[in-house]
Amino acid sequence: MNNTAHEFETSVATIDPSLVKVNVKNLDFYYGGSHALKSVSIPFARNQVTALIGPSGCGKSTLLRTLNRMYALYPGQKATGEILIDGENALSPRTDLARLRARVGMVFQKPTPFPMSIYDNVAFGVRLYENLSKADMDVRVEESLTRAALWDEVKDKLRSPGLGLSGGQQQRLCVARGVAVKPEVLLLDEPTSALDPISSARLEETVTTLKADHTIVIVTHNLGQAARVSDYTGFMYLGELVEFGPTDAVFTRPATRRTSDYITGRFG
Amino acid sequence: MSDASISHAPPPRRTAARGALLSTLFEGLCFSAATALLAALSGLLIALFIGGWPAIKKFGFGFITTVTWNPVTEVYGAAGPIVGTLITSGLALLMALPVAAGVAFFLTELCPAPLRRPIGTAVELLAGIPSIVYGMWGLFIFAPLFAKWIQRPLMAAAPPGTIWESLTLGIPNGSGILAASIILAIMILPFMAATLRDLLMTVPPAVRESAYGLGSTTSEVVMKVTLPYVRRGAIGAVMLGLGRALGETMAVTFIIGNSHDFPTSAFASGSTIASTIANEFTEATSDVHLAALIALGLVLFVITFAVLALARLLLGHQGDRA
Amino acid sequence: MSAASSTLMLRRRVTNAVFTGFCVVVTGLALIALAAILWTLVSKGAGGFNLAVFTEATPAPHSRGGLANAIIGSVMMCTMGMTLAVVIGVLAGTWLAEYGQNSRYGSVVRFLNDVLLSAPSILVGLFVYEMLVAPFHTFSAFAGAVALALLAAPVITRTTEDVLALQPSLLRESGVGLGAPLALVIREILWRSARGGILTGALLAFARITGETAPLLFTALNNQFFELNPTKPMANLPVVIFQYALSPYDDWQRLAWVGALLIAITVLTVTIIARFVTREQNRS
Repeated sequence: MNNTAHEFETSVATIDPSLVKVNVKNLDFYYGGSHALKSVSIPFARNQVTALIGPSGCGKSTLLRTLNRMYALYPGQKATGEILIDGENALSPRTDLARLRARVGMVFQKPTPFPMSIYDNVAFGVRLYENLSKADMDVRVEESLTRAALWDEVKDKLRSPGLGLSGGQQQRLCVARGVAVKPEVLLLDEPTSALDPISSARLEETVTTLKADHTIVIVTHNLGQAARVSDYTGFMYLGELVEFGPTDAVFTRPATRRTSDYITGRFG
Repeated sequence: MSDASISHAPPPRRTAARGALLSTLFEGLCFSAATALLAALSGLLIALFIGGWPAIKKFGFGFITTVTWNPVTEVYGAAGPIVGTLITSGLALLMALPVAAGVAFFLTELCPAPLRRPIGTAVELLAGIPSIVYGMWGLFIFAPLFAKWIQRPLMAAAPPGTIWESLTLGIPNGSGILAASIILAIMILPFMAATLRDLLMTVPPAVRESAYGLGSTTSEVVMKVTLPYVRRGAIGAVMLGLGRALGETMAVTFIIGNSHDFPTSAFASGSTIASTIANEFTEATSDVHLAALIALGLVLFVITFAVLALARLLLGHQGDRA
Repeated sequence: MSAASSTLMLRRRVTNAVFTGFCVVVTGLALIALAAILWTLVSKGAGGFNLAVFTEATPAPHSRGGLANAIIGSVMMCTMGMTLAVVIGVLAGTWLAEYGQNSRYGSVVRFLNDVLLSAPSILVGLFVYEMLVAPFHTFSAFAGAVALALLAAPVITRTTEDVLALQPSLLRESGVGLGAPLALVIREILWRSARGGILTGALLAFARITGETAPLLFTALNNQFFELNPTKPMANLPVVIFQYALSPYDDWQRLAWVGALLIAITVLTVTIIARFVTREQNRS
């Protein structure tokens, strides 16, 4: 499907609407004087991993930050269009931002453990919305840490500070913290960019197991990573979505020349 | 599997988050606190203005240009304390600046590494000693020594009938304008030295090293490279030191001699705005006297504000952290 | 080497020697002057230390007594003042860093806070006199505490804003990203992360007000006796030191030195603790 409204040749595959969890339609994003996203439309399939790739400054992180409206923390940033999560528009002014962000969790480029114990890091988000008994909370913490593949390493030191862990462990703690609140959607913004190769590999494994319970969107600079973990891939360039489709197709038979150039390393 | 487990369990029903209701209240509290600071400073200015108004109205511009300050006849001209403030602060700055700069240069360029921390720490700690301690030291220790070794020999050496004689007139007890300036200089010295040192430390090592690499001597590196590198900040730091001297009360009150006459000699008794207010405020019985003292405070505010605004302009937003 | 360049070389060497000599000499002089002050303080103050200093009230001339009422008064006023200053300073600093950082009102408040930070303390005393002393026709410990709070609050505001601004924005975003309201993120994550810096600011503010004399002269005044009622004039160390030092009585002057030493020890201890906190903070 080609869209002549765009500056580039584009190719956006469609997905059966019943499989779509988040449907972004005609999204534009502005900050200051710059137009960072230009009429982006992209579906994110339920319980699948979608990777967003593209050169620096192409808008992939910006797109991610509109999904939980993180941009609203900063004055002067604004998004128009629709982001339908199960049919509900997240960009509507009536949206309760805190609840939206609890539904749409996020893990960042760098690990950001809170200045508290490992246990409290994981429990922090849960306590915001649920009133669990001590025993139930213990179960939740253990499960979350297990799912982030961190439990075995920290089970004997849950009361020690999260800042005392190694970088890779800290990042998995952030994943555990994110999944503990049971978000429907999990956004990963270059989650391995600050990690060593071994920690990155472990995190990738974690991501593929997490999709059983979450719809996952991952922004990455690493094409190999996108190919390994994702089911769908979107390629962005200069604020536009150039190509979107099943990962296999995008990587082996890219439909546009720009995508093909980027994937084969001719630019970016 | 318990209700609290995650796997394949539906997400929880979410109501408003814990603390959501308090959010607006919290932001309001923070805003009120910020506004309280704004109110305090505006209030201070307004209170000084209203409190001083009777004196301003009665004496007009003459308040700052005439020298008669007489609570008995209720005539108040503040030129004596105003000039006293400017002279003592100016002299203190002249004396403290080269020394403070020397200390800062010593600490950044010359000091052997093992001594750098102890001396630097000592200077910083001394910057925090309350000014009343400097005042007491000035009165009890410094003044007698100053009278014996400096004041009396100079007075004796001044040829009668010359300008030297009039410049050295005074009561030979070690108090007066010059003595107060020296105490002020000693008081602002640690602060200025510490600030200048911190500034010089911000010069990137590569800049200093390339200067040394060209074969420069220490004095050339300091005077031609590192000092010019932090020039704006250094001027700002000097202005902050001046601001402290202008508003200082206790270090001066003990030793300046407390006379409202226009100071004409280095050893003459004098007064500053702050010392005048400190000495007379609780004893002032008439409304005009009180108003005159508050109007003096307003003058001090204007002077220090001008100096600080200038410092801020030069220092950007990295200013005073005392 | 030509004659010209060797004279140049000589001149540079001489200049450098003079410069170096000057720096060494003035540093020596400065250290001597400052050591002399400390030595005086210790030698004159330490001799007067005894139990009575802490148990008896300020005496009449030529009689026995101590500084107990002044110590208690100072502790009370500093505690009240610091409580007020910490509440206002932390909240105002938080507003400047988290809510009003880019607003016009924010920059106005920031500027006025800087002015207040460097305003002569005696003017703060005059202001509080007009607000809280003159209307009630009595000096009071409460007025003294407010004056001290006005001197401490700007310091705490400034440090709080600075340390909060230093917190990584990702930390803020991760809290918000879990669905926490910003106010909760500030209180439970950012304040906790910044607590070392805020504590340092509070300690420095405390050090600043401990020895402040001028603003107490017209607010708390002084009191010959024990007084715990904050609506009455209350003795405090700085004003007692001021009055006793300027008195003609030997025993009063002796007590003044004891008081000055007490204050100096307090200030130095607090400053050293603040430096220690900062260092711990930098290490983690």
